[in-house]
Amino acid sequence: MTSTFPSTIDERFRAAAAAEGLLDVAFDVLETDIGPLLVGVSDHGLCRIHFDPEPERDIEELARTYGPRVLRASKPVDRVRIELDEYLAGKRRVFDLDLDVRFVPEYHRRVLHELARVGYGETTTYGALAAKTGNPRAARAVGTAMNRNPIPIVLPCHRVVGANGSLTGYGGGLDRKEHLLRLEGAIL
Amino acid sequence: MAVAVPPFETFYEAHRDEVLRFLGRRLGRQRAEDAFQDTFLRALRAYDRLEHGEHLRAWVLTIASRIVIDAGRRQRPQGEMPELVTEDGRPAFEELAPLTDGLPPKERAAVVLRYGYDLEYEEIGDALGSTESAARQAASAGVRRLRKEQQQ
Repeated sequence: MTSTFPSTIDERFRAAAAAEGLLDVAFDVLETDIGPLLVGVSDHGLCRIHFDPEPERDIEELARTYGPRVLRASKPVDRVRIELDEYLAGKRRVFDLDLDVRFVPEYHRRVLHELARVGYGETTTYGALAAKTGNPRAARAVGTAMNRNPIPIVLPCHRVVGANGSLTGYGGGLDRKEHLLRLEGAIL
Repeated sequence: MAVAVPPFETFYEAHRDEVLRFLGRRLGRQRAEDAFQDTFLRALRAYDRLEHGEHLRAWVLTIASRIVIDAGRRQRPQGEMPELVTEDGRPAFEELAPLTDGLPPKERAAVVLRYGYDLEYEEIGDALGSTESAARQAASAGVRRLRKEQQQ
């Protein structure tokens, strides 16, 4: 995305596009303690957090799901940026953000709803989460729902571990899962 | 199969330099900045109604040309320009656009930019990513095709 294009003209257009409510998704890439995160926000709320962004691929995916008017714009992402920074600095335990999970399939949405109730510093298991959705044998489906969680960190799939206490897997890599659990004091 | 509409970010990054250069040539640097924003906002408003991602470059440059015309009108003190016909009797875009619906995209763009917007062939060549003489040929081929259609 390097360009000699005048940045004042560029930023002015991006801000106007967002201010006029013309975007399906506004996104920005945030530099954080756990590496760059691509964050997408629709007019319904935060809809996407990508670890290890590859903007070209990620933008295509956002456009397929939410509509083609996907544009980098920092203002709509400001609130998410602030809360993520606070959380990663250990100064925030609960996110106060609207979330957009419109396009998540029904069962996965129920799983994410239960996941959202797993508090800061706690952990749960795939089986326990499956039981909360009324389907104790659906641990594998819960695993899939975690794997496809569009909003990791804020929807805290890092708090879900194996029945034997092992960290199992994480879309952002096990290092990051460990980092987040350590940050929250869930592991030492 | 039709080319899918790319994400707006991709479209914008691909064409912003050229649109700004084009507007700069027509309006000067100062006024080009406002026109640039108007052009891409207008494109963005129409973007989710596009059915395919072909000829996006000609499309956005056509929008830019139109913004140039509008900016020219705003500059006139009385602002009493007739809506559909320009001063020299050439039909403006609103009148020309439906007539040219059936033309191949390149010929259509050349005809509209030449006779609707009164651009020079050199500028049309720029807008379409070809040359002055190719633009001249596309416009005259378009006009010939329109005449033939009218006779039928």
